[in-house]
Amino acid sequence: MIKRRAVFAVVALLAVVAAACGSDDKKADNTTTTGRVPTFASGTTMAKLQAAGKIKVGTKFDQPGFGLRNPTTGKVEGFDVEIAKLIANRIFGPGGADKIEFVESISANREPYIENGNVDIVAATYTINDARKLRVDFAGPYFVAKQDIMVKKDDSSIKSVTDLGGKKVCTVKGSTSEKNLTAKAPTASVTLFGTYSECAAALTDGRVVAVTTDNTILAGLVQSSNDAFKLVGNPFSDEPYGIGLKKGDDAFRTFLNDSLEQIFENGDWAKAFTATLGKLGLTAPSPPTVNRYTAGSTATTATTAASTTTAY
Amino acid sequence: MRVVLDNLSLYRDGLLTTIALTLLSFTAAFVIGMIIAAFRVSPIPPLRAVATAYVEVVRNTPLAVLFVLFFFGFTKVGIRYSAFTSAIIVLSAYTGAFIGETVRSGINTVAVGQAEAARALGLTFPQVLRLVILPQALRSVVAPLGNLFIALTKNSSLASIISVLELTEVADRVTTASAQPVAAFLGAGIGYLLLTLPAGVAFGVLERRVAIKR
Repeated sequence: MIKRRAVFAVVALLAVVAAACGSDDKKADNTTTTGRVPTFASGTTMAKLQAAGKIKVGTKFDQPGFGLRNPTTGKVEGFDVEIAKLIANRIFGPGGADKIEFVESISANREPYIENGNVDIVAATYTINDARKLRVDFAGPYFVAKQDIMVKKDDSSIKSVTDLGGKKVCTVKGSTSEKNLTAKAPTASVTLFGTYSECAAALTDGRVVAVTTDNTILAGLVQSSNDAFKLVGNPFSDEPYGIGLKKGDDAFRTFLNDSLEQIFENGDWAKAFTATLGKLGLTAPSPPTVNRYTAGSTATTATTAASTTTAY
Repeated sequence: MRVVLDNLSLYRDGLLTTIALTLLSFTAAFVIGMIIAAFRVSPIPPLRAVATAYVEVVRNTPLAVLFVLFFFGFTKVGIRYSAFTSAIIVLSAYTGAFIGETVRSGINTVAVGQAEAARALGLTFPQVLRLVILPQALRSVVAPLGNLFIALTKNSSLASIISVLELTEVADRVTTASAQPVAAFLGAGIGYLLLTLPAGVAFGVLERRVAIKR
């Protein structure tokens, strides 16, 4: 009798514990997602992704603060990654973040990856612009970076972009930063490298007097230089980062825009910012406004290197 | 291909830079190669050792690594050149090692009796090399030198790593502006062909002209 009662007690205890755990899980999920698996009209991209149980997200693996592969864990970390997780939770319901497969996307392969279906969406510091809208569509923006200037700590001669005229300035290949720079300081001599670390090395060596790109990236460089560099703090352009998706998939774009607006409002966006970019010393701005542009209204084709706005 | 036409002046400048890189580097590399080959067959052991070490170090290091090491690394010891000059130095040093080995193999094709006869006539080692061996050796290596010239032309594309605005770098920038990598790089590919195809023909003609009629 005693034995049976003991067994019953243990079973009951386990049941209670299990129930407690279960409800804890649910509560945790409720704070970040809708807490249930959403349903979508059949035939939509969301329904297809849900049925497949997987979403492939193109992101950078080498961009501190946005998408950086942690060498110890092998996981990608950053603001772009957090945004992708929040989107996945809205497609798959709670735990959706585990259904993401991150695919490394460098600047040059983002459009082909979307067009060929290597990825379902791209969240990779992807600046929305008209040249790109000819090939892909964008949801968002979910972040607006601002181009700033980084100089050596003891340099007080450069206070704004106009001071860069006639000076040697470094930025990275395939970036809008170059175009913005030459528009504002046409006489600046531009040096282009493959990575921002090389620009930082060139600044240290005195090959260039300034490095210019988005303030988010420069903040990371200032931090890793042990404050040998500083930000000028006088931004001169806006870089709206959007989520890239297949051109013409308007239902999916609307869904992504709706999702972004929800995470802007419920505080998840600010949390994601603090957990990633906040660690680079940036303070969270207010979320941007989603741009629900009408397809087909994009501007004329611009293909010359001298006349187009593009981003890294 | 509209992107290429829209950016024709950029491509032209890029092509000119690539031509300058190739011709200047090949000239310097040829001189380096002759010196290396002479050292490697010289009767003086330290010279042989120096040349062998040079060839093995340079030949076995990827060119991209040499570019980054020279451009970013040597500034730490006070050696600083512009990107263009750095590219010429690295390309000549790299190609020079290969030319040295090619010329050495040419020297080995010249029968030993030739050198022995020259020495018997009282010529010094440099004279033997310059007057007897090299004129014969070089004729037999025109084809491999042509290969090295073509390889150098294409290797010059790596100068884009250190921001030299040559053909590949132009294609990179046009890709950024147009989001059309295929067309942009096709343009660069055609640029390289404009250089390498005539070079191949020229080396073929040279090879037939200097061939030793037996």
